[in-house]
Amino acid sequence: MARPGLIARFVGSRNGLGFLFMLPAAVFLLCFLTYPLGLGVWLGFTDTTIGRPGIFIGLENYIWLSDDPVFWLSVFNTLLYTTVASVLKFVLGLWLALILNERLPMKNLFRAIILLPWVVPTVLSALAFWWIYDSQFSIISWVLMKWGWIDAPINFLGDPGMARASVIAANVWRGIPFVAISLLAGLQTIPQSLNEAAALDGATSWQRFRRITLPLLTPIIAVVMTFSVLFTFTDFQLIYVLTRGGPVNATHLMATLSFQRAIPGGQLGEGAAIAVAMIPFLLAAILFSFFGLQRRKWQQGGGD
Amino acid sequence: MRKPTTIAETRAVTDDVEGMQQFNTLTRRIFVVYLPLAVFVFVLLFPFYWMAITAIKPDGQLTDYETYSPFWVVQPTLEHIKYLLFETSYPGWLWNTMLVAVASTFLSLLASVFAAYAIERIRFTGARVTGLLIFLAYLVPPSILFIPLAFIVFQVGIFDTRLALILTYPTFLIPFCTWLLMGYFRTIPFELEESALVDGATRWQVLTRVILPLAVPGLISAGIFAFTLSWNEFIYALTFISSSENKTIPVGVLTELVRGDIYEWGALMSGALLGSLPVVILYSFFVDYYVSSMTGAVKE
Repeated sequence: MARPGLIARFVGSRNGLGFLFMLPAAVFLLCFLTYPLGLGVWLGFTDTTIGRPGIFIGLENYIWLSDDPVFWLSVFNTLLYTTVASVLKFVLGLWLALILNERLPMKNLFRAIILLPWVVPTVLSALAFWWIYDSQFSIISWVLMKWGWIDAPINFLGDPGMARASVIAANVWRGIPFVAISLLAGLQTIPQSLNEAAALDGATSWQRFRRITLPLLTPIIAVVMTFSVLFTFTDFQLIYVLTRGGPVNATHLMATLSFQRAIPGGQLGEGAAIAVAMIPFLLAAILFSFFGLQRRKWQQGGGD
Repeated sequence: MRKPTTIAETRAVTDDVEGMQQFNTLTRRIFVVYLPLAVFVFVLLFPFYWMAITAIKPDGQLTDYETYSPFWVVQPTLEHIKYLLFETSYPGWLWNTMLVAVASTFLSLLASVFAAYAIERIRFTGARVTGLLIFLAYLVPPSILFIPLAFIVFQVGIFDTRLALILTYPTFLIPFCTWLLMGYFRTIPFELEESALVDGATRWQVLTRVILPLAVPGLISAGIFAFTLSWNEFIYALTFISSSENKTIPVGVLTELVRGDIYEWGALMSGALLGSLPVVILYSFFVDYYVSSMTGAVKE
């Protein structure tokens, strides 16, 4: 009856085994997620450039940024972009989900088609949008000119206001499928009997939507929209392909500005500071999601 | 506004004229369901159609909207695709993307299976907190990680290699896969595992012989989803890779095929089309898995 060795006892215990099983994922995430996150915050306090390790300069980057109109413009753009795009994605996505929730022939086919914009690499579909938004040969301009609605091609990406609208439109196009399909899954969990009972009691379809569908869908809306806001707020690819922040910085988001300053500009410290400045907004979004989840528990009568 | 409609509807229901009601509901359905759906489908698919039609248009027809209808192609050509495959580094980018996506997906799945099993089933002290941390890790966006990661990648000496991408992609793949697999493991009855343990199976045997075979749909979901995410990744690949032969498709197409002021739209669009095809084909085979992993991640 030899006592099992130290290693055997460690592996035999619940915590020891758990530790071993967690090890690969934990090492990865600590090395390439937690550590860079901390390093990013640290870099924000230094004047590191590409090829030269920096020294601690305190809040200098942030003070510099607070005087930088381009930075504030990018904050404004990011908030505008996120708000408008998220609201549009929500409204259109919910609408599409409600349509798909009706009895339809070939429903699965429609669902599959609708998800396509979300599956295709964003950069590649953004290239298609770039071509659609071409200043001379835009197909939209051509059709509108054929119909006699406009006289000259629309300068989609050259005019500040138009450029903002165009990148938002492309972002909404890419985001609708995610919102619609997720909300559709939520809609399908709402028991049909509730709607039938309300209909028998004489509720109109708007009342049924307002009093049954929407409240029961709220928790999932909270989660879906949190993800949507998060992805929109940190968006980089669409802007980088379509405008690179132009014209005159009108479409620079915080993520693209941070890239611009850090990688081509070489100012790693300043770029990191801009990235860190995004964190408070992200935390707000996560808290929003958290309270959405809380409400869900409460709605189901406690317990999760 | 609401009242009259209600009365009208009630009357329609009690009315004996069945045909009229049938007509009403059909027109209503066309305007409320079919027409909006058609518009949605058209708008969502048009960019792909435009991408595909541009990819096979001869150069002469590309911008000549007056002589040729822009929506159709008269003499489709494979010139652009041929140019892409034989005169650019496109095949190399395709290979890089494939290699990076497969390797990072494999690594992430491996790590995630163990982590999800430990959190859901071994239930070590602090398992719940670990699960929550994993979820939070999923919310950390690449756009705030790429600068410090570039710094690390440079220090470690793997800058401008495919290894840099294979090692960094799991930062967003592992949290997602673990979260998804936790949901799947939760649905497998605990009794199965218990009886195996009572029969003298080790944890390793329980995992490989009992849990994994039952979690195959979950593994497929996580796998194809992770593959798609790494195929589509852009910001890391743009930052960590500088030489043409190591680029992935999204970066290669954008940085090497776009040059000067005269855009070769035909080549660009065929590049976009070819680069999208692998994920679209994968997607068409596993639509249901995609939907379940997307909605699963949201619902859990």
